[in-house]
Amino acid sequence: METVIKVENLTKRFGSFTAVDNISFEVKKGEIFGFLGANGAGKTTAMRMLCGLSLPTEGKGTVAGYDIYTQPELVKKSIGYMSQKFSMYEDLKVWENLELFGGIYGMSDEIIKIKTDELMASLNFEEERDKLVKSLPLGFKQKLAFSVSIFHTPKVVFLDEPTGGVDPITRRRFWEMIYDATARGITVFVTTHYMDEAEYCDRVSIMVDGRIEALDSPKNLKATYKAKNMDEVFQQLARKSKRKAD
Amino acid sequence: MKQLWSFIRKEFHHIFRDRTTVMILLLMPVIQIILFGFALSTEVKDTKVVVIANTNDDATQRIIDRIDASEYFDVVIMAHNSGEINAAFRDGKAKLAMVFEDHFSENLKHTGTAHIQLIADATDPNAATSFMFYASNIINNFQQDISQPQSGSGMIQPEVKMLYNPQMISAFNFVPGVLGMIMILICAMMTSIAIVREKEMGTMEILLVSPMKPIYTILSKIAPYFVLSVINFITIMLLSVFVLKVPIVGSFVSLFAVSLLYIFVALSLGLLISTLTSSQLAAMMISGMGLMIPVMLLSGMIFPVENMPAFLRFISNFVPARWYIDAVKTIMIKGLSITAVLKDIGVLVLMGTVLVTISLKKFKVRLE
Repeated sequence: METVIKVENLTKRFGSFTAVDNISFEVKKGEIFGFLGANGAGKTTAMRMLCGLSLPTEGKGTVAGYDIYTQPELVKKSIGYMSQKFSMYEDLKVWENLELFGGIYGMSDEIIKIKTDELMASLNFEEERDKLVKSLPLGFKQKLAFSVSIFHTPKVVFLDEPTGGVDPITRRRFWEMIYDATARGITVFVTTHYMDEAEYCDRVSIMVDGRIEALDSPKNLKATYKAKNMDEVFQQLARKSKRKAD
Repeated sequence: MKQLWSFIRKEFHHIFRDRTTVMILLLMPVIQIILFGFALSTEVKDTKVVVIANTNDDATQRIIDRIDASEYFDVVIMAHNSGEINAAFRDGKAKLAMVFEDHFSENLKHTGTAHIQLIADATDPNAATSFMFYASNIINNFQQDISQPQSGSGMIQPEVKMLYNPQMISAFNFVPGVLGMIMILICAMMTSIAIVREKEMGTMEILLVSPMKPIYTILSKIAPYFVLSVINFITIMLLSVFVLKVPIVGSFVSLFAVSLLYIFVALSLGLLISTLTSSQLAAMMISGMGLMIPVMLLSGMIFPVENMPAFLRFISNFVPARWYIDAVKTIMIKGLSITAVLKDIGVLVLMGTVLVTISLKKFKVRLE
């Protein structure tokens, strides 16, 4: 299996505070990699380093085969990103958002058009196509934001707590979209603090105080910690935390 | 190029879908010009005059006629005692009182000296100074007309000429001022807000993760405001030439070139503000307090730079509008060629270069 993300001894310090403490892991192609941790455990910082939003203090890392220090531009071309905050342009129409991000990733007009048609059909979005994004309900917006993040078929997509504030049914549908994406060969790196979502991942890493305390498939983790579900696993590990959640 | 083009299109969508803002941006120069042109006029016209002339003789009458005939004055009350003058001032019925001494004409003929007292309502000192000046002028002219040239005694007659603005129309002064202010407002304030909005909305994060080049983000943010500024420049020019009758004496091309330079400085200022702040409110406060007030007060738009205390005069050197307004006055009102404003141009070029360099360096490619 091809390795898409490879991280060795990655560390990020802000002054005397070590947000991410010497973490190492690998993510394989087509995998759904869950990145769990309490608030303030360092998930977002770690992810930002992988996306080129933040420069590591120490350690090595490659994403899609490119070095995160020396080839950030190539990394950026091969990844997609969806942030916790909903971040499409609200005063643009649905298709205009797609066109914009297609343009930013250098897709040609014809391809943008074909892919927009496909996407609208598969999401049943035909009626919303010409609407301003701000008029859509939150569930729609989140689906759209995810679709935009994989519109240019990246090798990896980073999802930063993508399902915050949505109801369970919409969350379930959202995960179906994630499975569809992996079926097309896109690797998914997702942070979450919903433990039911952790069960959907192929492998899960649990961060406590900037370190990775556990990394395995949900099934193996449950066996190791003799727990009924991921929530119990998480509780056992999170109890070790000395950091105050922010 | 495709990246840049998609992005510029998006920026125009942002602006033109926000109808209120567009209206404000396009109407602001019109409103300001009309406001300054008609409401805030500092010209003195039809000042109401109260007169006391107890001996209504020939000389008195001729002076009163001349005062009344001038466009600056209207003689409204013929009073008989000082109580009536006080009442007229108190009720705002008059701004100027002229008190002729008794036997004015006779005194003038026989002794060669006669007295008129001029009393002004000086609550508005600028206006009072102006109409006092006009009234004295009228009296002096009368004096010259009646006095026969006498051999032996020399007489000095100052001939006053107001260059470039013979009628002392205040529009000649504030059109450059409004230009300087509007451009700063639109370029600096709106650009900084537009960039900071992306930070606040979280879309900046998405852009930073994308292969979008930061310089493209900046260019496309700037592009629509550049277009708007040029439209506003043309609006102000049309209004000033056709409505306020302030002619463009010098070359329009030079004027336009200097304005483009000023727009560039204002845009880079906006860019700098956007790199220093992370909320739209802060950006607005900084550009509002930090730019508007110096532009209004220190640029020479309202108060002449020459009359400021040394410290403020020093500060005013750092206000781009000061140099721009000076250049506009020189080209537009005085009609001098672009070589006369090389110093202004030099200073603006320097400011623009420094600002752009700092803000490009500071424009964050990463989040922290």
